[in-house]
Amino acid sequence: MTKALVTLTIDGNEVSVPEGTLIVDAAKKVGIDIPVFCYHPKLESVGMCRMCLVEIGRPARDRSTGEPILDENGQQVINFGPNLETSCTTPVGEGWVIRVNSEKALKGRKQIVEYLLTSHPLDCPICDKGGECPLQNQTMEHGPGTSRFLLDEKIHLEKHVPLGELIFLDRERCIQCARCVRFQKEVVGDPVLGFTNRGRRLEIITSSVPGFDSYFSGNTTDICPVGALTTADFRFGARPWELNRSASICPHCPVGCNLTLNTRREARAAGREVIKRVMPRQNEVVNEIWICDKGRFAHHFASSEERLTKPMVRVNDELVEVGWDEALERAAEGLKDALNLSKGGLVGIAGGRASNEDLFLFQRLITELDGQTVLDEDLAGGDLIGEYGVGRDTDLGELGSGDVVLVIASDLHEEAPIWWLRLKQATERGVQCIVANARPTRLEQYASHIIRYPYKRAAHIALGFLQAVTKGDDLTPFKGDRNLQKAARLFEKAENAIIFYGGEGLDYKGSEALAQACARLLAVTGHVGRANNGLIAVWSRANTQGAWDIGLRPNPTGHIQTFEQASVAYVMSSDPVADDPSLEGILGEDIFLIVQDLFMTPTVKLADVVFPARSFIEREGTYTSGERRVQRFYPAVLPLGETKSDWRIVMSLANAMGIEMDYPSAAAVMLEIAENVAGYEGLSYQALSRVESQWPHVGGRNLAFGGTAFENTQGLGIQIGPTMMPDEPIETALTIPAEEPEEEGLLLIPITRLYDQSITVHSSKILHPRLDVLHLELNPKDANLLGVGDGAEVKFRLNGRSVQLPIRLLESVPEGVALVPRNLGVQVVKPTPILIVPVE
Amino acid sequence: MADHILLRHRDVPDIDELDVYLEHGGFEAFKQVVTSKTPQEVIDVVRASGLRGRGGAGFPAGVKWGFLTPDVFPRYVVANADESEPGTFKDREILERNPYQFLEGVAICAFAAQANTAYVYCRGEFWDLAHELENKIDALHKSKLLGKGLFGTDYALEIHVYLGAGAYICGEETALLESIEGSLGQPRLRPPFPAAEGLYAKPTVVNNVETLTNLPPIITRGADWYRSIGTERSPGPKVFCLSGHVERPGNYELPLGTPFRDLIFKHGGGIPGGRSIKAILPAGASAPLLPATDEVLDTAMDYESVPQVGSQLGSASIIVIDETVNIAWLVHKTTRFFEHESCGKCTPCREGTYWMHHLLMRIERGEADLKDIDLLDAVARGIQGKCLCALGEFAIMPVISGIQHFRADFEARIRNGR
Repeated sequence: MTKALVTLTIDGNEVSVPEGTLIVDAAKKVGIDIPVFCYHPKLESVGMCRMCLVEIGRPARDRSTGEPILDENGQQVINFGPNLETSCTTPVGEGWVIRVNSEKALKGRKQIVEYLLTSHPLDCPICDKGGECPLQNQTMEHGPGTSRFLLDEKIHLEKHVPLGELIFLDRERCIQCARCVRFQKEVVGDPVLGFTNRGRRLEIITSSVPGFDSYFSGNTTDICPVGALTTADFRFGARPWELNRSASICPHCPVGCNLTLNTRREARAAGREVIKRVMPRQNEVVNEIWICDKGRFAHHFASSEERLTKPMVRVNDELVEVGWDEALERAAEGLKDALNLSKGGLVGIAGGRASNEDLFLFQRLITELDGQTVLDEDLAGGDLIGEYGVGRDTDLGELGSGDVVLVIASDLHEEAPIWWLRLKQATERGVQCIVANARPTRLEQYASHIIRYPYKRAAHIALGFLQAVTKGDDLTPFKGDRNLQKAARLFEKAENAIIFYGGEGLDYKGSEALAQACARLLAVTGHVGRANNGLIAVWSRANTQGAWDIGLRPNPTGHIQTFEQASVAYVMSSDPVADDPSLEGILGEDIFLIVQDLFMTPTVKLADVVFPARSFIEREGTYTSGERRVQRFYPAVLPLGETKSDWRIVMSLANAMGIEMDYPSAAAVMLEIAENVAGYEGLSYQALSRVESQWPHVGGRNLAFGGTAFENTQGLGIQIGPTMMPDEPIETALTIPAEEPEEEGLLLIPITRLYDQSITVHSSKILHPRLDVLHLELNPKDANLLGVGDGAEVKFRLNGRSVQLPIRLLESVPEGVALVPRNLGVQVVKPTPILIVPVE
Repeated sequence: MADHILLRHRDVPDIDELDVYLEHGGFEAFKQVVTSKTPQEVIDVVRASGLRGRGGAGFPAGVKWGFLTPDVFPRYVVANADESEPGTFKDREILERNPYQFLEGVAICAFAAQANTAYVYCRGEFWDLAHELENKIDALHKSKLLGKGLFGTDYALEIHVYLGAGAYICGEETALLESIEGSLGQPRLRPPFPAAEGLYAKPTVVNNVETLTNLPPIITRGADWYRSIGTERSPGPKVFCLSGHVERPGNYELPLGTPFRDLIFKHGGGIPGGRSIKAILPAGASAPLLPATDEVLDTAMDYESVPQVGSQLGSASIIVIDETVNIAWLVHKTTRFFEHESCGKCTPCREGTYWMHHLLMRIERGEADLKDIDLLDAVARGIQGKCLCALGEFAIMPVISGIQHFRADFEARIRNGR
């Protein structure tokens, strides 16, 4: 429902804004910046700092009749209150007259600055915030030139207080604006920060162990208006005005948060530009002005000394560094030989870490050589998303009352934190969130319906929804309980509905059945083909959706079968051996292996030819997010050593094979993609770099208002629409899962944690205290049956190897199940029955 | 006052025992309203009586109750027993010695507000008193004067005692509500006011202990009777807290409108040692101090007259200052108090009280210049009109009035120190 407009005058400027708009925001609309500290457009106003004081004049009315009081000229009399009032807490009123820059208001503001500076330390020369500091800026603009306060009487408080090891607090600099406390409480819903004590000793404390235990803690350093909160990553690193900025996209997960990479030349790095910090870039429909701590802190892998910098070839069973020409020659030779002997074909395996440009040319090369491409991915359904994905102009921030979101088989808080955050906020606007998982996850706190099911039966739940809606005979075996039926009815009636699905507790076929059932459910309930409706997969990589769109497909039977039929394998941005060490035997033997990656991974170690690739900070390209938004990332630093972009390497190899492939730039490849990939019509680097003004204003001139997140000047990206329209006939296949026999032992299920020991996270030393160690999670009842207690060591056999690890007992683990977080040392690709024995 | 209305224990010994209270007409008023009046009728009686809040603001109680948002439930009544204003000890005497009249007042207010739950917020230092109050409430339960189905009707009422933790700011009603809710005791933005959104965001009446203690006699003896005491715009009896340089400090129940002179000299016995009176703080530390001129001493102690001579009646905590006191020393004490008690939420009060305190410490130590008096005044005036709640606004009153009326004291301190 559109709100009525209210017209008022601010410093002589007439402005009309929707009812309920705060004066401080209304002023921004006419270009008047009322200074603020505690106010932030994404937080509830508190009126604490008193910096936004203005004079408010209200039309005089007769107390008894309510009639306007007019002066002798017939003009409305305006009554100004005796005191200045805070413009951040006062919504606009019809006919009001606001004086922002009157003498009284200016004097009042100057006084507030003087008060703030009495206890603020003279730290500017050593404070990280200097140069991008709202207090500095607003002091210059609104404050007195000198202070009447005696320096010796300044209060002295703790200056290096670690709130956890990622964020540091300086109590002297803190101006008690409460933005950080309110951000954690209101936006994240996790009040791990709070105030204690009172008066000038009012101080921030953290109540969690480890300190400031929140995946979004870094955002508080962007909105802190002074240098009180700083990150361990950037502290004492550089001056903001020394930093260059490049737009980028986070490579860690499918949300596709927009980043700005700040870089500076360093003598320590032999004159190279290095990343000093990762900052959010504003994209209100993707990540607003926030990023999670993994995106912010886990960038060091790209600058790691362990990066491959030169091509390598195998000589006498050892990998030796060679030049590009030799490596390409060797690769081409090996390829031709293997294909000529035609014992098997060429298989090309690529992963979702690669950009659209890389994957497109890779697909083309492999196809040209009559090979088979395989997408390294355990979760099915990316092809369905081409039909049933969310419509153009989807914005999770627009969901509201009457809308429903179903999240199934995925722990969003760990797998895609910013989606978790957006959905959490959506529920507070009235969205009903149905969370279905075999174990409790953090989103359940905000769920309107919780559906619990045994692991491996996620598809059954989706089919249960379908049964409740269509009442189809073939679906009767999947009829759910009353709780599920209620949820299904809610879903059916929703004005807009989105389904997020993951693969927790599922093998490939199981996830395929789940995706199909979800797609069908969306289709029959009319939630397709329009904005804020459709299917989203919670991939484990940033560009898996792009890979599916371009045409790569996983091998449902797994990698072992893939390699058994191959004589040569070309692996790009993927590490199959790490996921399945048994592949070592197959890959080591008769297969000619070409690998292209960033690090000496287990797969790279077996290669015959190794090409060193560039990381996302050294090149440009595009990623397609889980919401199917294609977004550009730009190079921030010069390439390391002799690395090349993946697509260029593919192109060089093609040329070495005598195949014509000639693109002068990534932009040119994108134009080719636009011509050849369904849905990507009309895309170009130019179109992807278009921007428009966003609210709230951040960065630049608006440091005090919105914080130090960066404005988006390099591209908002373009969202691809699905092909399925609301009235089209539904032709999706539906897999009815077969009944599986009960297996002995516990079912070993891999789960995802945001921080793990994978090289992309482990390379960031500051995250080490937050990294978990290898362990197995059991329900106390199961542990009891085994006769083991918390912390005891157990062993079991997995894929032909013996594994030993300590257990952790958690009530939240379902009975009959053992959970192992991924990337801690034991890789499990799909739910696997195991027999656990205690270690003596 | 011969026949005490509020400090009834001075006339009736052991009235803090329930049976004695009941013998003397106790809980007749509550019974009357529950069985034969509507909540609106009670509000009307209280409005007609002209009872004004006794916590310091003097806002008409019946009018405040009328602001409760209709059709929003549940409602709450909160009795403000945080009594922390320097020089104020009236609520303590009532709670210790005449607790049942107070509890009956809470009950009447709850009925009028259509609340089934009431809280008594006691300052943290009142732990013994709070414990005793809980015993009294238990006794009321046993006598079926609290609980479910009161007097055969379907009205139910529970009263809970809640202890603060040593913060003056929790006497501010919205900070008090925050404290009850388990949050840091910091005032909220107003609007909304507690009558619209109070405890747990529900319509809430917050009243001072003394205010509520007035309710039983108003019900039994009527609004007209009540108006016959005191002045036209400030009706009723008031418990005046007299302290400082007087022979007989203590609580005195007198009609509103009694002049300062009567309280200090007639009842309080005047200044000990034959010394002369210099100044009075009429409202504890929270209002301008007044030089003890004849004009001031002859001023009626009511909510209209005191402002006419430049101060406020507030909670009527009259602190008497004799000639031996240097006002700069006094202002240092009040400022130190406010700095200590500032919640820290808003900039001017948090930083300003710290600054003023440091200026006054330097003045006390003789390390200041004469121009520091003007600086002190400027800092105080800079805070004025900018704070989020009244604490900051009140903190500056003794400073500004002290310099205005007794500048020589400050100058003497500065000169003598050098």
